[in-house]
This record gives sequence, C-alpha cells and structure tokens, in this order.
Amino acid sequence: MLVYLIRRLGQSLLVIAVMATLVFVAMFAVGDPVDILASPDADQRERDAIAKRLGLDRPLWEQFGLFVWRALHGDLGRSFVYNVPAVDVILQRLPATLELALTGLVFSIAIGIPLGVLAGLKPYSRLGRGIMSGSILGFSLPNFWIGLMLILLFAVELRLLPAGGRGPVVSVLGIPTAAFSLEGLKHLILPALTLALYKSALVIRIAQAGTREVMLQDYIRFARAKGLSRQRIIFVHVLKNIMIPVVTVLGLELGSMIAFAVVTETVFAYPGMGKLLIDSINRLDRPVIVAYLMMTVVIFVIINLIVDLLYAAIDPRVRLAEAKG
Amino acid sequence: MADYVRADEVAIAPEIPEPLPATVSSDRGESLLRRHIDEFLKSPGAVAGLTVLIALALIAVFAPAIAPQNPYDLSKLDIMDNVLKPGERLGSGITAFLGTDDQGRDMLSAIIYGLRISLAVGAISVVIACAIGASVGVLAAYAGGRVESVVMRIVDLQLSFPAILVALVLLAVFGRGVDKVVIALVIVQWAYYARTVRGSALVEKRREYIEAARCLALPKSRVVFRHLLPNCLPPLIVVATVQVAHAIALESTLSFLGVGVPVTEPSLGMLIAHGYNYLLSGKYWISTFPGVALVIAIVAINLVGDRLRDVLNPRLAR
Amino acid sequence: MTPPILTVRDLVVTFGTREGVLTAVNGVSFDLYLGEVLGLVGESGSGKSVTGLAILGLIDPPGQIARGSITLDGAELIGKPEEELRALRGKRLAMIFQDPMTTLNPVLRIDTQMIEAIQAHERVSGKAARERARQALARVGIPSPEERLDAYPHQFSGGMRQRVAIAIALLHRPAVLVADEPTTALDVTIQAQILAEVQSLAAETGTAMLWITHDLSVIAGFADRIAVMYAGRIVETGSVVDVLETPIHPYTAGLIGSVPSRNKRGVPLAQIPGMTPSLAKLPPGCPFSPRCPRATVTCRTTMPAETPFAGARMARCHHPLTGEPLAA
Repeated sequence: MLVYLIRRLGQSLLVIAVMATLVFVAMFAVGDPVDILASPDADQRERDAIAKRLGLDRPLWEQFGLFVWRALHGDLGRSFVYNVPAVDVILQRLPATLELALTGLVFSIAIGIPLGVLAGLKPYSRLGRGIMSGSILGFSLPNFWIGLMLILLFAVELRLLPAGGRGPVVSVLGIPTAAFSLEGLKHLILPALTLALYKSALVIRIAQAGTREVMLQDYIRFARAKGLSRQRIIFVHVLKNIMIPVVTVLGLELGSMIAFAVVTETVFAYPGMGKLLIDSINRLDRPVIVAYLMMTVVIFVIINLIVDLLYAAIDPRVRLAEAKG
Repeated sequence: MADYVRADEVAIAPEIPEPLPATVSSDRGESLLRRHIDEFLKSPGAVAGLTVLIALALIAVFAPAIAPQNPYDLSKLDIMDNVLKPGERLGSGITAFLGTDDQGRDMLSAIIYGLRISLAVGAISVVIACAIGASVGVLAAYAGGRVESVVMRIVDLQLSFPAILVALVLLAVFGRGVDKVVIALVIVQWAYYARTVRGSALVEKRREYIEAARCLALPKSRVVFRHLLPNCLPPLIVVATVQVAHAIALESTLSFLGVGVPVTEPSLGMLIAHGYNYLLSGKYWISTFPGVALVIAIVAINLVGDRLRDVLNPRLAR
Repeated sequence: MTPPILTVRDLVVTFGTREGVLTAVNGVSFDLYLGEVLGLVGESGSGKSVTGLAILGLIDPPGQIARGSITLDGAELIGKPEEELRALRGKRLAMIFQDPMTTLNPVLRIDTQMIEAIQAHERVSGKAARERARQALARVGIPSPEERLDAYPHQFSGGMRQRVAIAIALLHRPAVLVADEPTTALDVTIQAQILAEVQSLAAETGTAMLWITHDLSVIAGFADRIAVMYAGRIVETGSVVDVLETPIHPYTAGLIGSVPSRNKRGVPLAQIPGMTPSLAKLPPGCPFSPRCPRATVTCRTTMPAETPFAGARMARCHHPLTGEPLAA
C-alpha cells in the first residue's frame, strides 16, 4: 500500500508539473500584456520599461525557471489589473464559488434522488420514461441558456428573485458568506439551480439504475415479507443503498462543478472565481489566469488522488493489479 | 522478419480469400443494415428527431435561399429597425416574425445563418475528432504494451479535466475564429473516441476473424483499419452522434463566454449572448429564439442518438 | 379434524413476457394444517417458489394471480387491499429465502433490520424491540447476541445469516412459514443444524410450514406430507412415507430414483431423461409425457385430472405406478 501511495503521489506531482509547463507555454500565446498595461500613446522606451519590470525581456527558459521557483513558494505573480498577488485575488473569490458549488451539489441531490428513485421504481411507466428523457435534456441542453430562461421567468417576468450578483456578505467563522441571510439565499437560488441541472441529470441516472437494481434484490423481497411498509422499504432500504454510489460520484464531480461555475457565474454576474477567469481572459491578466489554472489543476489532482486511494483501500484487486503493473 | 512475412503473403494471398470483416460483408452486412434501419424506424420519437434534423440540415445548407435577409450584409441593415418586437415590419418591408436585434437584423435570418455555423462547427469537429480519436484508439489497442498504456494515460488525464475549461483555455490562447473553435473542439473531444474505440477494439482483437487475418499475414495497417476498425464502429457511431449535440452546446457556450466564433459570423450561442443585455429589460426574443433553435437541434440529435444506441447495442437497451 | 390454517384452491399465476403469457402456476390446490410441515418438491421452474410468493401476495408485475383462492384462517387473501396484506406479512405469514447471503440488506445493521420487523406490527419502544430481537437471536443459537445486533450482515457467515433470517421470520410467531429452499445454499452440516432448529422452533410456536425444495432427502426426515410439482401443477400428494415408498406418479419415482443413497451403491444413478419443459411450449397432454417411460397416446393428448387414491393421496396420471384410483 505504501509503495502504491508513493507511486500515485509521484504521478500526481508529474501531472502538476506537466500542466504547469503547458499553462506557462500557453500563456505566452495569450497576447502581449504590455499592450494592456502601457498607455496607447506610450513610446517604445516606456514599453520596454514595462517589459523589464515584468521580467518579459529575459529568455524564455529563465522566465520559466523563475515561474517554477516562485510557484513553489506560493507566488504566481501579481495581477496586472488589481496590482496585488494573483493568488490573493483568486482566494478572495474562492468562498463565493465554493458556496455556489456546494449549494448546487445540495440542489442536484434534492432534485436528482427523488426523481431518480421514482423513475427506478416504475421504469416502464410514462412517468419513469419521462423523467429519464428529461435527464437526457439536462445533460445536453446548453446550461447558460437555461440560466437565461430562469432569469427571464423568475427575475424579469415574475420578479421573485434577483437576476444576478451576490447577496450581502457576512463573516461566519471567519468565512465571508452570503448563505445566512434571506437576501443572500435569494441571490443563490437561480445560479445554484442552473449549476445543479447537469449534475441532477447525472444523479437521476445513477439513482434510477441503483433503484432498479436494488428493487430486484432478495433483501427487498425479504423486507416486504417482514411486512414493512412501502415507505420504509424505499426510504430506508433502497435509499441507503443508492446513496453510496451517488455520494462517490458527486464527490468526484465537485471539481467539475467549480470549473463549470465559469459559465454560471458569467450568466448571473456572480462574483466568483469563474467570472474572474473570464474577466481576466478578456483583460489579458496573465498572472490571474495562470493562478486560476494552477489552482484548478491542483484541486483536480487532489480529488482524483483521494478517490483513487479510497478505491485502493476498499478494493484489494486494485492494489494487487497496481503492485504488479 | 518483415521481408519473410511479405514474401509469405504473396505466396498465400492468391489461394486463400481474405476473410471478410463481419459488418461490411456483402450479404450478411446488407441484411443486418436493413434490420437496423427497420428497427430504428419503429420508434416514432427517433423518426421525428431524424426528420427535424434533416430539415434543420437542409435549412442550414440552403440558408441564403431561405432566409428573408442576409444578416451579414451590413448595407441591408437599417439601424432604425433595431430591437423590433416579433411580428413587426422592417423598413425594407420584410416582416420580422421573430423580431430584430440591436443592429436591426431580422432574428429569423440571423438564426438560420447561426444554425448553419453551429451545425457545421459541431459536425466538422466531431468528424475530425472521431477520425483522430478512433485511429489512436484502435492503434493503441492493437499495439498494446507500453504504447497503449502511455496513450491511455494521456486520454485519462485529459478526460479528468472538464471539456469546457480545456476549450476555454485553448481559445484564450488561439483567439477567436470559426476554425479555431473547431480545432479546440477537436482537441477536447478526440479522447472520448479513443477510449470508446480502444474498449471495443480490445474485445474484437480476440475474435477469430482477426486471428484469421493475422494468420494470412496481411499488412498490419490492413488488419487494423480494414478488419478491426469497422467492427468497432457501432459504439463509435452512437458516441459520435450524441457528441455532435455536445459539441454544438459547447460551441454555443464558448461563444456566449466571448471566446468562440467572431462577431462577424454569429453562431446561435453568439446570438444568445447578444440578447443577454436586452433580456433584463424584458426584450426576450433576441436570446430566446436562438436558444429554442439550439434546443430543437440538440433534442433531435439526442432522440436519434438514443435510438441508435438501442438498435446498435441491444445490451444497453433500456 | 380441525379445518386447515391455509388453503390454496385452483391457484393460477401468469407472467406476461415477450413470448406471450406464461403460466407459471397452473391450478394448484392444497391444504396446510396447524403445526404441519408440507414439503413442496419440484425441479427449478416447476412453479414452487412462485406458489410460495403468491401466498404472501408478493407476485410483482409482469406476474399476476390470474385466478384461484388462498385463505388464511378462513379469510380470503386474494384481492385483499395491500395494507391489510402488509399487516399479515411477517405477522401471520412469514417467509424465508434461498440465499442467506442476499436476504439481509448489506448496508443496514442487524438490529435495524430486526427492530423494524417488530415495529412494523407492534407499537413498542425501540428499546423493548431491541430486547426482543436479542432474545430471538439467542433462540436461533447465535452466540453473544447483544454484540451481534450491532454487526452488519457481511460480518456473519452464511449459516449465521440464515439463522438471523429465521429469527426475523419467527419474531411474531406466524401461523404459516413459507421456506423457499432455505438450506440449499448451506454446507451439509449447517443444513442439518438449521433444519433441526427450525423444526423445534416451529413446534414451539405451532407454526405450520410450507417447505419448498428440490431435494427429496431434506424433506424425507422432516415433512409430514409431500406435494410434488411439475411444470406448474401438483402431480402427486400424500404422506411422506406413502409418497417416498410407493410413488404413484412416474415423475415422483424418477425423482426418488435420482437421489443417491447407501443401498444403491454400485448401481448407476437413475436419471430422468430429457429436460424440464419450457413453460412457453408445453406439450398438449401431460407435461411429463415426453420424458415418461409409461407414456401412451392418451398421455400426449389429454391432461390427466387430479385423481384421489387410497390413504388420502392424490395424483395426476393416466398410468399410476401403484394403487387404483378411488371412484370419484
């Protein structure tokens, strides 16, 4: 197990290193930051001075070495736009995105499990088929358009919920959050719902398949033979069984929810990391883009690592295969 | 070794006919195809989806003939017509059934032209990604060993990052442009096909007809592309069909985020993004109708893809 | 004689499938008396398990009870509202299943699964229910039951799990226990222990048992009467001694002949030729006729009726091996 752990850790570091190189190289193609920073009427001397200040005049390999060295010390450069460390800019936006992603996660379970179980109990009924067809739509419809239609319906026509932005932020246990006020929650509902649609389609699929499988098991038959009510069988015997795969998959999907927040945050003008990324791309704020990508890569690698290690801990077959290979 | 094999092949080839790959064989193949088509036509939903899809494709192809207005021709646009409600008349006498946008463009025409770009980007990117991914997948499966494990590691690595993020970064690097969107979509998609094809190729590889083809000492490329690949096609077709819908949705998302197609060639996603600002003031049509067109196309493709999966792979049938 | 606790009359259970409607149970009738063990014997696919499930009202679509009558204590069960049936299941009617590895829910603790069975029928506190569960585990011979209550099913062996299932089934001292091959999946030594325990527990609670099995040797020392099923029908019933020593139906004789035993050493084991017919294409006459050494033209065209024989026996055969049918 220790050998596997070390191997797996080494792979993770390799992935981060490869991604860091790719990100660094890619950033060189994203326009010249001097164009943004220098005033339009600046002459060549001023431009050179800016390039020198940013270290852009040095050879590529030297810049890369410097980038790696600083990155190892947690320094991914200063934002051109905000003139503060890029990591700080990201971290400042992180709570908003996490709040959104977690609320989305809760929504996707709240929508996905009941519908999935319902469809799994009656897979051949009109309702069951309808739910499954709906889940295909949830998978394939463009998320941002759904968000726009939600805005149109709830914010513009019905005037029930705000069209965008984040509610008033208060500090709870040192974490700035908007989830503890009515106004904050109101701002959270539509974006979280939009973000949750895709995942709830996924949860519906898993819950439906799980329910169908569990309902055929002998222990359900035995539970019925015990004289248990249908509610008890569904809410205890079935639900407890399907929660395991659902939670596993959603844990894996948390990373992709943070990434997908890029779209949702743009639609709802929600001040999170995703909106920051889009703004930074439009403003060519290189250090912030790099910091965002590096943080996302690290988050993904960590999530994958944890999941792999958990699997290996649970399933001895994985351990053996890896040890041999 | 290679020389010996080639000499052998020459000696044997005239006597023993090359074994025909199962799915492309003349007699059985045709009846199988017939049966698949009959099976497909049994689902009214799938037939409806296919009909809509063909109609949309025709509209896209003949856009210049169908659209009331050429939305790219700025000289035809009149700023006085901007943001008209659906059903109002343009200065040029055309009725704007779906309203106009901020530049006085007839939305119906813009949608027809936008559909053209969206469908084209989706279809072209899938075809290219499919060709690349399938080749890589089948070669990896055939080669096995170190080559396979390295290739599949790369595939796994790429698939562990969400497509939207990868495409976003790529386009941030490439800049805007229809061709660039296609390239980005190919890069984010090829790995799906590589994984799909490799999976089925690993199964097919052990079948007897591959053994037979190998025993005849046919050239490797022939075994791989004429015998192995055609038999991995059914799952690939299913994945590719559904993937067209995903590609279209992804393209529209990227264009909405402002990193996709250029303003001069607005796809459906771009049109939706345009209408975003007007949406809040209740001028719903600029964003809504292109979205409806997008949804119709995506739903139609999914209906077809869903049925194809049932028909081509009874094991997965629901 | 006291009236039977459970009666089944002309039970027909059908399953709608792609190949058409299959009749899994076709006109089955029998009685079960208080304290009695009735062995229901047959090969897989003969409809014996479906009969058991039908008694508890556990036939799910696409299956359905097409007609017939099942009474418990004289009250008709078929057509009873689901809630009333639920109240009977586990209380007056209990069932245990073949595979102990799958009859307990893997993600719920043993105490949860026992307490819910008690509370489904009685308003008792969780604490009292838990105490009853502990006693029930002790009664089926599970060591240190208090600790075992907190365990999950995977921490038990197959035999232990079946004991837990039996403990659960007998919690409410049911009038009837349907046992669907509960020992088939167990080691022979465990099988014998469990049989002995079930027998004494059932005697203690006065529970009548319908013991479903394909294994005649299990039934031989255990049941009072035997009913032999073939292709959805009961082909012979009678007391254990009568049926095993002087079978009337050639199929019963075939089953007995294929059980290995000490006094048949050196003699090749008899086999019934052919296979259990598919329910989708049963022959027109006696379903056993294609495999029967005594079959005649009549057998292939006409279904033999249930015919009473001396000694409270019944058989469906045109050419009985022993005895003369009683005049109706």
